[in-house]
Amino acid sequence: MKAVETTAPAPAVAARPRRPARRGRAVAAAVTAAALLAAVPLVLGAYPVSMMTRMLAFAVLVLSVDLLTGITGMPTLGQAAYFGVGAYTAALVGVHLTSDGAVQVAAALLAGLAAAAVTGWIAVRAHGIVFLMLTLAIGESVHQLADTWSLVGGGNGLAGMPPVSVLGTALPAAGFVYWWVLAVAAAAFAVVALVARSPYGRTLRGIRDNEARMRALGYRPGPAKFGVFCLAGAVAAVGGALWAAQVRFVSPGDLGFEVAALALLSVVIGGSGTLWGPCLGAALVLLVRDNLSAHVGGHGALVLGAVFVAVVFTMPRGLAGLARRPRRTEARS
Amino acid sequence: MTDLLTVSGLRAGYAGGTVLDGVDLTVPAGSVVALLGRNGVGKTTFVHTVMGMLRPYSGSVRLGGRELAGAPAHVVARAGAAIVPQGRRVFAPLTVEENLQIAAPRRGGPWTVERVYELMPRLAERRANRGDQLSGGEQQMLAIGRVLLRAPRLLLLDEPSDGLAPAVVDQIAGVLERLCAEGISAVLVEQDLHLAFRLADKVAVMRKGRIVHRGPTAEFRSDRRRAHALLGVA
Repeated sequence: MKAVETTAPAPAVAARPRRPARRGRAVAAAVTAAALLAAVPLVLGAYPVSMMTRMLAFAVLVLSVDLLTGITGMPTLGQAAYFGVGAYTAALVGVHLTSDGAVQVAAALLAGLAAAAVTGWIAVRAHGIVFLMLTLAIGESVHQLADTWSLVGGGNGLAGMPPVSVLGTALPAAGFVYWWVLAVAAAAFAVVALVARSPYGRTLRGIRDNEARMRALGYRPGPAKFGVFCLAGAVAAVGGALWAAQVRFVSPGDLGFEVAALALLSVVIGGSGTLWGPCLGAALVLLVRDNLSAHVGGHGALVLGAVFVAVVFTMPRGLAGLARRPRRTEARS
Repeated sequence: MTDLLTVSGLRAGYAGGTVLDGVDLTVPAGSVVALLGRNGVGKTTFVHTVMGMLRPYSGSVRLGGRELAGAPAHVVARAGAAIVPQGRRVFAPLTVEENLQIAAPRRGGPWTVERVYELMPRLAERRANRGDQLSGGEQQMLAIGRVLLRAPRLLLLDEPSDGLAPAVVDQIAGVLERLCAEGISAVLVEQDLHLAFRLADKVAVMRKGRIVHRGPTAEFRSDRRRAHALLGVA
């Protein structure tokens, strides 16, 4: 047997004093970001505000993709389906029942949860590329359903959604809708972040890193994966409801393959598994697709591709990697 | 002394091929059995099959009287078995603390993260370091600590000295000796005979998927000619 290491220890990181400081910095950063985001309608015009509202709604979808892809290790192309289920549910509630934003979000959440539960019990049995293809099939099936089902307007989409109201007050102005979407998106982010940091979140990361090892430790990965799949479906659906609240028109294009691919792209660009990084990635992707594209002759997709390649080669940990301090120790095993 | 693990007629392999060809082995409660043999005789396949990570073709695996042959790994783990795999396999992106917390049962148990740190203070010093920032010896300690938190009745140790310097092997041996002194039962798959002889009460030797010798460690050590014949070492 050949000895392959020395006994000289690598410098240890003093953990206890560091953690509260790191947590304090994270809280300060979150509060600052929330304050800056809340101030947006006060300093920007209606169009940039509505654009940022869409970014926030899309970021909630991307958050759900990161929960599955980055935290649990289940790369997915199906979250746009639940995003669409949420958007259509909110729009249907808005058109036929009530303009109350909270009711729309709650209905979308339940619909997304139910849709993910129905499809997830099959999907989570698969791994790797098979799981990816199954989620793609789920996404395309829901897209086809939306495209042909007259109840939701078929290919013409669902229009006529009144402005969303909160606590009985209609929000006709872009700034008020923005604040509503920001509040719900922040709540969604907080829930997902809490889950990711909980013992359940640790279990999910263990499954991501080595599912067989988790089994050998006595865990059943199946129920844990099913649970996170349902949660991610509900979160994506909330994102859809927020999207509908801003756009007030839902069409099959809102849940197509392109949306699913852009969401996954956002996760990679932002930094898989960090939650906040993919939210930045979502903003960047929508900015390029919806705004920059007009300035480059409609070649937004080309620019996105270039951004993706540049990020992969220059920032392997995504945008979030820029905020990480360099490692104090090197891998030595 | 009652037998904690009783394996009889165990046949297993990969893709229809046979690696284990009728293995019989017993591990009395509170004792350590060293499973020796040359490379490729089926030692790792044996511990994987006992642990439920590989479904056997036939045979019986009884742990504390409960039949577990063919049961999935999480059922075997909950029945009281735990494996420290060859190559450690710690969760590389997670810190030492997170690696341990993953294994810590929510309802508590005889082992806590703090107790693991007391047993292996080096891990306490490294608690904020990621798994892939640890040395091989530290990873081995982490792998051992992780399974202790599941309060196992039976440890399956697959080459714990693999790839480690002699001084580090000595540290690992010290940890395992303390565990053995507390009465934990173990199957120790090992190529390092010094470590095996230091820890084990009994020795079993595998060849071509079968146990060809079993007996007390002292008796095995005293017969150098037999050891040479079985293992190819002096």
